[in-house]
Amino acid sequence: MLEITNLVKRYGRNDPVLKGLNLSVDGSSVVSIVGASGAGKSTMLRCINRLVEPTSGSIKLNGHELVNLRGSELRHSRRRIGMVFQGFNLIDRLTVMENVLSGRLGYVSFFQALTRRFPQTDIDRAFNLMERVGIAHYANKRADQLSGGERQRVAVVRALMQEPEILLADEPTASLDPKTSQQIMSLLQTLASEMSLPVLINIHNVTQARMYTDRIVGMRHGQMIFDGAPKDFNQDALDAIYGGIESPEEDGGEPQHQTAQEALA
Amino acid sequence: MTPVRTATDASSGRVWKKPPFIANPWVRYGLVAITLVYLYWAFSTLPFNWERIAEGLPRALRIFGGAFPPSFERAGLLWTGFKESFQIAFLSTLLGVFLSVPIAVMAARNVAPLPVYLLGRTIIIVSRSFHPVIVAILFVAAVGFGPLAGILTLTLYSIGFVAKLLAEEIEEIDWGQVEAMRSVGAGYLKMLVYGVFPQIMPRQIGLSMYQLDSNLRASAVVGIVGAGGIGGTLMNAFGRYDYDFALAILLMIIGIILVSEGISGWVRKKVW
Repeated sequence: MLEITNLVKRYGRNDPVLKGLNLSVDGSSVVSIVGASGAGKSTMLRCINRLVEPTSGSIKLNGHELVNLRGSELRHSRRRIGMVFQGFNLIDRLTVMENVLSGRLGYVSFFQALTRRFPQTDIDRAFNLMERVGIAHYANKRADQLSGGERQRVAVVRALMQEPEILLADEPTASLDPKTSQQIMSLLQTLASEMSLPVLINIHNVTQARMYTDRIVGMRHGQMIFDGAPKDFNQDALDAIYGGIESPEEDGGEPQHQTAQEALA
Repeated sequence: MTPVRTATDASSGRVWKKPPFIANPWVRYGLVAITLVYLYWAFSTLPFNWERIAEGLPRALRIFGGAFPPSFERAGLLWTGFKESFQIAFLSTLLGVFLSVPIAVMAARNVAPLPVYLLGRTIIIVSRSFHPVIVAILFVAAVGFGPLAGILTLTLYSIGFVAKLLAEEIEEIDWGQVEAMRSVGAGYLKMLVYGVFPQIMPRQIGLSMYQLDSNLRASAVVGIVGAGGIGGTLMNAFGRYDYDFALAILLMIIGIILVSEGISGWVRKKVW
């Protein structure tokens, strides 16, 4: 159970990126967070595992307050929060197995980490999870030799190695081709239900958000403006979230409506 | 088939020129003028004694003539000198590279807090500010003639160079990998071992090989001021007008540098 109340994040003296955000996620639901670039999706996710320091507000994971934790308390809480990134963020020059085992860094001693002497239970768990997502035969390959989809699987396994209580995914499919990104989304969906793990996914692809998640949260200008089931996420909601925002990828300012439909496609 | 060109293409009349490197014309031509004035001033005021130079040229020829053919007769002396140079170079490279890792971490702004960063930068600046020959003179005065002074000198020299470049490499790493390690709950040291060191590893090995090269060369130089190695032998050969033996030493140095450059290039390509 994740409870975010009145979360504010302000960088320097600028306008806050998050303006009193409230969100609660329970059980094993897969929640997608949609919104234009700069809406604060990424900042919100990073506030949860404190890669970004929240300015004020409260974030509770299973009743445990995460804001204001320091030192080893913070690291112990981070162990329980898995994160998957857009750029995979694997240690490119290490093997797949080392990458997967690095998910246990919060649990092992420094000497074990340095000499790669991880406990047998961790190694068993690593092989089981790698088999589950189909990358076990790559165990001794260098991570940078894998394709994008395979790398994201490694990243997912690394996060699951933490025995997380929640999984955060920051645009996990944005660097992947359409087919691979569907595979990763459906993998996240099935893993969530298998392990009864709540998953928060920042995503730009609204179609995939509808297909693979149980709940959609729409953000704009640091505030939540939609929260509901995928079936309720209609054209009005889409316009409210993306409307009136020029998308820089397009040549010149496209009419608002078209931009919104682009996001639907 | 040639591409079809329409009338509008041909008559567009638009030209393009690369924008100048320095946009302001006053600055651009001013710099050229200043350079020319400086060169004229420098050459007209520096005391070049052309007659003395003309006199010296035949003498230089005689000296170099005396160096041919190089003499490898005193191979024993050659061998002891080079052996000591090798020992100095290897030991100081090992020590220097080993010590430069923590100093590089200290001197990288993205992984070190400000006071530590300043301390790390200070260590690097101090060890870089003097040429090895000056450092060698100081160490010879402190610990006496011989290889120990050479080892200390070149260790300091290695720290200055390797730690500086390594610190810059750390400042340019992919921060995402560090974030990933922070997000799994790794502490500072584990973050360094997993998130930082693998990224700088090829550079580290390349720098170590380069530094070994450089220390071999430098060990010949610091020997001249009494810090052990082949430099001392070379100095003695010059002092006794044994130009043929001196040339033999110089040829050996060239040969060794060539070989070590080849090896280090090969290793650097392998580890990338």
